[in-house]
Amino acid sequence: MSIKLSGSVRLGLGLAGLVLFFGLWEAAVQSGLLPSGMVPAPSSLGPAWLDEVRGGFWQQAILDSLNHYLLGLLIGSVLGAGLGILCGMLGLLDSLLEGIVRLLRPVPGLAWVPFAILWFGLSTAGATFVIAISVFWINFYAAHSAVRGVDPELYELASAFGHGSFVGRLFKIVLPASAPGIMAGLRTGLGQGWMSVVAAELFGVPGIGARMMQASSLLATDVVVVYMLTMAMLYAITDFLFGFVRKWVLRWQP
Amino acid sequence: MNGADVVASLHDVGLSHDGGAHFVLRHVSLTLARGEFVALLGPSGVGKSTLLRVLMGLMHPTEGQTGGSACTAGAGAHATRRSRAMVFQDARLLPWRSVLRNVMFGLEGLHLNKNEKKARAQEALRLVGLEEVADRLPRRLSGGQRQRVGVARALTVDPDLLLMDEPFGALDPITRTSLQEELQRIWQQTHKTVLFVTHDIEEALRLATRVVVLAGGPPAGITGEIVLDMPQRNPDSPAFRTYAARLRAMIAGEPDPGGEAYWRSAEI
Repeated sequence: MSIKLSGSVRLGLGLAGLVLFFGLWEAAVQSGLLPSGMVPAPSSLGPAWLDEVRGGFWQQAILDSLNHYLLGLLIGSVLGAGLGILCGMLGLLDSLLEGIVRLLRPVPGLAWVPFAILWFGLSTAGATFVIAISVFWINFYAAHSAVRGVDPELYELASAFGHGSFVGRLFKIVLPASAPGIMAGLRTGLGQGWMSVVAAELFGVPGIGARMMQASSLLATDVVVVYMLTMAMLYAITDFLFGFVRKWVLRWQP
Repeated sequence: MNGADVVASLHDVGLSHDGGAHFVLRHVSLTLARGEFVALLGPSGVGKSTLLRVLMGLMHPTEGQTGGSACTAGAGAHATRRSRAMVFQDARLLPWRSVLRNVMFGLEGLHLNKNEKKARAQEALRLVGLEEVADRLPRRLSGGQRQRVGVARALTVDPDLLLMDEPFGALDPITRTSLQEELQRIWQQTHKTVLFVTHDIEEALRLATRVVVLAGGPPAGITGEIVLDMPQRNPDSPAFRTYAARLRAMIAGEPDPGGEAYWRSAEI
C-alpha cells in the first residue's frame, strides 16, 4: 500500500533522510563506533573541501574531468545513438553487426583502459575514449530499440505522402518518433558517464578520479569523500540541465 | 470514356503476398473516371484496403497492370501537387506535429515556399472547418476532428485521386453521419475523384455515384457494380432499398435480384 504524498512533503522527507544519514554517521564516528581512520566524520569534510579549494585542486579537477566527461559523452552519445538508429532502420546492417555487437557489448569500459593508454597515452584523449565507450552502448541500445518500436504504419504514411526515401523516413518519422527513447538513453548515459570518469582517470590522467586515487593512496579519506560528493553534485547538475533539453525536445508529449 | 478522363485504372490485377502461391486478389479490373465518387464495398478482410494500396502505389501487383498518373504530378522537382493522396482509417496523425504541420506533411518536398505551404494547409483546414484548432496537438482533438485533419492533409496536396480507407469506420454514428455529409459537400466543392473503401452498404449508397463490390475468395474479385444517378440520401426510399438488396446479393455471390428485390424482401 502506498500513501500519496505531495511534492513538498516528499522533498522535506528526502532532506530529513539526508540529515538523519549524516547525523548518524557523525555520531557513529564521534562515539568511536566507526574508526575515524577508516571513515571520515562528516564534520571534517568542510575543512577538507576548503583546503582543496584554496589549493585550487578542486576547481582544476572539476575542469579537467568536465572536459573528459563532456567530450566523451558527446562522442559516445552521437556515435552510439547514430549507429543505433541506422541499425534500427536498416535490417541488413543490423544483421551484419549483430555478431560484433554481441562480442563487444559485455566488455566493461574499465577493460579498455590498457588500450586507451596504449593508443592515446596518459592524455585527455585516453580518458575521453574510455568514457565514450561506456556511454556508447547505452545510447546504441536505447536508440536501436526506440527505432525498432516505431509504428510501421507511420512508414506507410510517409510513403503515401512522398517521404518514402531513407532520408525522408529518417527525418520525418524515425527521429521524432523515437525521440523519447533516444532521450532516455542520453539521460542514462549522462549518469554512466560520471561513473566512468573515475575509471577513465584511474591511470593518472588528471581530474576528479585521479585526485581521488591520490587522496586514497595517502589515506586522506575525507578528501575522497569530498570528491565523491562533488561527483554526485555534478551529476545532479547535468541531469537537471538535461531535463530542460528533454522537455523542450519532447514538448509535444503529455 | 477517353484516356484523358481516366484518373487511375487496374487491368487484370492479381496480388499475392507469397510470390504467387496464394492470391488475395485476382483478375481485378477497375477504371476510375475524373470526378467520380466510387465506393469500394466488401466484407471485412476481403482485400479492399490492399486494393487501395495498389492504387496508391504502396504495393505492387503480382500480376496485371496499373494505369494512371504517377505519384507526383507535374514536372518532377517542380511539382506543386501529388497525384494521389490517402486518408487512413486511424487518421494516422503525427503526435509531435501541430494540426497545421500535420496538414503540411504532404506539401513538404513539393516546389512551394513556406508561405505557400502554410496558406494551402490553412485553406484545407478551412475546408474541413478546423482552422481554429490549427495550433493544437492531435491528442487534444476528438476522433472526428482527427479524421477531418486526415482529410485536410490529403486534400491539401491537390490530388487527382483521393483514396479513403474506411475513414469513418471507427467513429460513433453521429460523428460519422456528419462527416459523411461534410465529405459530400467537399466532393461537390472540389470535384475530386474519390475511391472510398467501406463495408457499410448504407454508407456506400449515401456517398457514391458508383458502388463496386469486392467479394468472394480468396482470391477476391469484383462481383458487381451499380452506377447511381446521384448519392442516395434517403435510406427509407424504395430506390435505396432496391440498391441495398442488389449490393447484398453481390456481396453474397448470389444472382442480381434486379429491381424486384425491394418487393421480394417485402413479401418475406
